[in-house]
Amino acid sequence: MSDIRYSEEHEWIRVDGDVGTVGISDYAQGALGDVVFVEMPEVGTNLDQNAEVGVIESVKAASEIYTPVSGEVVAVNDAVDGDPSLVNTDPLGEGWLFQVKLSNADELDGLANQEAYDKFLEGLD
Amino acid sequence: MTETKQQPLKQTPLNDFHLSLGAKMVPFAGYDMPVQYPAGIMKEHLHCREKAALFDVSHMGQFTLTGENRIAALEALVPGDIQSLKLGRMRYTLLTSETGGILDDLMVTKREDDLFIVLNAGCKDTDEIHLRAHLPEGVALHRHDDLALLALQGPAAVNVLSAEAPALAELPFMAGAQASLFGVDCFVGRCGYTGEDGFEISVSVSDAEALAKSLLAHDDVEPAGLGARDTLRLEAGLCLYGNDIDEDTTPIEAGLTWTIGKRRKIEADFLGAEPIMNQLFEGTDRLRVGIQPEGRAPARAHTPIVDADGNVIGEITSGGFGPSVGGPVAMGYVRADTAEDGTEIGLMIRNKVHPARVAPLPFIKKGWQS
Repeated sequence: MSDIRYSEEHEWIRVDGDVGTVGISDYAQGALGDVVFVEMPEVGTNLDQNAEVGVIESVKAASEIYTPVSGEVVAVNDAVDGDPSLVNTDPLGEGWLFQVKLSNADELDGLANQEAYDKFLEGLD
Repeated sequence: MTETKQQPLKQTPLNDFHLSLGAKMVPFAGYDMPVQYPAGIMKEHLHCREKAALFDVSHMGQFTLTGENRIAALEALVPGDIQSLKLGRMRYTLLTSETGGILDDLMVTKREDDLFIVLNAGCKDTDEIHLRAHLPEGVALHRHDDLALLALQGPAAVNVLSAEAPALAELPFMAGAQASLFGVDCFVGRCGYTGEDGFEISVSVSDAEALAKSLLAHDDVEPAGLGARDTLRLEAGLCLYGNDIDEDTTPIEAGLTWTIGKRRKIEADFLGAEPIMNQLFEGTDRLRVGIQPEGRAPARAHTPIVDADGNVIGEITSGGFGPSVGGPVAMGYVRADTAEDGTEIGLMIRNKVHPARVAPLPFIKKGWQS
């Protein structure tokens, strides 16, 4: 599995072969607060990079989910559907949202690695 | 309430206290207010329902009305029966406009020498102008920016306060009394905005932080911010001014007919009485109702409400996730013929219809006895 990559919209992706697993960053879950509902994209949907693909609702507000890469949705995390708080407790692990079969692996090069994302976050404060 | 003005935010006397507790601060009604503490909205909400939560509500407006004819003067502007209130009792009422709209909602306590009024932060300047413009000679309005307001809400609140002031254990809900808490003189009302038993404590600005620290030192008390205050009052079915009621909604449409005193209906001598009484007898086109979404998706304010045929019949005015309910809850206005409890409706969330039902308010069992 490749290293984790981040988008500026605070989604992360880890790629294994040609399938990427997507979730939201620890920073994003902290900013959202208690997650109570996630509207996932449908399996089989073809996504364009940076398209709005779903919504995360916290007690406070609704926030869009964007896909960091283009491709076809091949799985969504049913565990998060049953227990949305997994996004808070384990955002980079069990709280993953969906898996996408990459249609253009070059898009990964435009995403930030951990170090660059940490720097990006510093700039936000 | 959204922030549109670029004016610097005002601070309550507890601003440093909030920051020291690690609060996340947001602008609200012109004030820099804690929306949540590190525990988060969910835990703060549940703690309030289980034990006791401390809220800073010092942004709210505190006023007194003095003068021999103060009761008649206020009754000219509100539909509540203030005259029949016993000494020390309080009442929830509304400032109504000439056209029958709601200018603000407020709490009025009848005290020995004055009427003590607590009203919304976002309305206090306009309310003050409105009140002053209508008060007769000999009745004076005093604005108390020298007072802070703390709310201690939840089933354990009475034990926390009565340990300091035993008489508060006997104070009825919707009544107020002077009390000394941790050596600080306060005016304490047994009331709140959470659906729980609880108290609102009016205290001088200079004593506010010391009192807040003393209250928080109790094992059962945790701080809670505006986020939890909003989810608590939504589950309790209570209106938020600016969302659920405003100048364009009347007490009848808002389901607040119960706030109009019997004598006041007969005499019909308050501002806006004519249009309001007309609506009372003839009915209204729309009504505020509770709404129970059937799925898991929260429906936020401004979500359109549709009937079975997809026609828009109203709009959500407050909605979100109810931590004690464990799912989404909402309230809003629907066409009067679709306001019956159990009526099947649809909520247009992100261009998809989500099934819901008109539901009785509150969503939780009330924790107080009147």
